[in-house]
Amino acid sequence: MKKQSFYILIIGCSRLGVYIANNLSKLGHSVVIIDEDESSFILLDVNFSGFKIEGNPAELETLRQAKIAKADIVIVTTRDDNINIMVAQIAKEIFKVPRVMARIFDPVHEGSYLLKNIDTICPTSLAGDILLKAVTDRDEGK
Amino acid sequence: MKYIIVGGGNSVYYLSRSLISKGNQVTVINRNQDECIQLARKLNAVVISGDASNISILDQAGASSADAIFVITLNDHDNLVICQIASLTFRIPKIFTLVDDPDNEEVFNQLGIQNVLSINRILTSLIEEKTGFSDATNLLSLAEGKVNFTKLELSSQSPVINKNLSDIQLPDNTLIAVILRNNTPIIPRGSTTLQEGDQLVVLNSPIEHSKIIRLLTGEK
Repeated sequence: MKKQSFYILIIGCSRLGVYIANNLSKLGHSVVIIDEDESSFILLDVNFSGFKIEGNPAELETLRQAKIAKADIVIVTTRDDNINIMVAQIAKEIFKVPRVMARIFDPVHEGSYLLKNIDTICPTSLAGDILLKAVTDRDEGK
Repeated sequence: MKYIIVGGGNSVYYLSRSLISKGNQVTVINRNQDECIQLARKLNAVVISGDASNISILDQAGASSADAIFVITLNDHDNLVICQIASLTFRIPKIFTLVDDPDNEEVFNQLGIQNVLSINRILTSLIEEKTGFSDATNLLSLAEGKVNFTKLELSSQSPVINKNLSDIQLPDNTLIAVILRNNTPIIPRGSTTLQEGDQLVVLNSPIEHSKIIRLLTGEK
C-alpha cells in the first residue's frame, strides 16, 4: 500500500528547517520551504525535491504564494520567536491548517496562550532538562 | 493617564513629548541601549531598555496599571506579540499599534488586536487621492473594515449629475453622508441636486463598494 503523502510547509530555512525538509522530502512528502534569504537554501540536499520560496515568511502574500490554505502541516522554524508565533497563529487561526508546529527558544512561551492549539518545541528547555538531569543524576549516584 | 510606548525613532520621541506636555505619565520601552540613553536625556519619562515581548519587561514598565499602550516598533511580528501580551496578560484597556504591511491590519484584527493602522496604506491612498489616479478614495474603515468611508468626485461622465438624491436608487447599507461643493459641506436631503465637481463622502459596506462607485461615477 502506498504511504500517505502530505503537503508540508516549512517556514525558515534554518538548520532545523533544512533537517526536517530534507528528511520529509526523502520520505516522499511534498515539501515547500520559505526563507527571506535566498542563500540559506544552499543548505538543502541536492536531492531535495520540494519547492523553495524566497520571501518574508510573516507576510500574508508570501504565505498565500506557498498555498498555505492547502497545507496539511505547517512547521515554523525561523530564528525569531516572534516571527514564529505570528506565522503559527496565522496558519492556525486564519488558514485553519490542521497541524501547526513551532520551534520557540524562550521557555516562557511554551504552553502559553500565544501558542494555543500549536505544537511547540522548545530546544532550550529540552536541552536544559537533559543537562539538568545529567547533573542531578551524577549527584545522586555518588 | 499612564501610557507605555514601545519602539524607537523620532515618532516615539514626538509622541512621548506631546503626551508628557499634556500632563500624562509616559514609560518608553526600547531595545537599543544607546537610543534609550538619548531618550532619557530628552524626555521627562521613564525609559526602559529591553525587549517588550518579554513579560517581565512589560511588568517592570507598570503594564498592569497602564491606561494605554502604543506599540510602534518597526517589526510587525514584534508588534503583534507585544500587543497580545499587553492585552491578554496585562489587560491594558487601550492598545494601539502600527503595521508595515497593509495586509497585516486584517491579520491583526483576526488575531484579536483591533486598533491597527498601516502608515503605508494611508500613504498609498493619500498619494492616490492627490495624484487623482482614482476618483474614489477610501478615507477610513470602521468596525474591522465592515464600514467604509469613501470619498469620490463626480466628473462630467457621472450618470447622477443634475439628479435629485431622491431619484437615485442607492444600494442597501449605503448613505451619502456629506457633499462637499466648492469646499462647503452640504448635508444632503432628498431634494439636493448633484452637480459636476461635487465630492461625496459615502458610508457603505465593502460588499456594496464597487456597486456604489459604478453607480455614482459611471466608471466600469
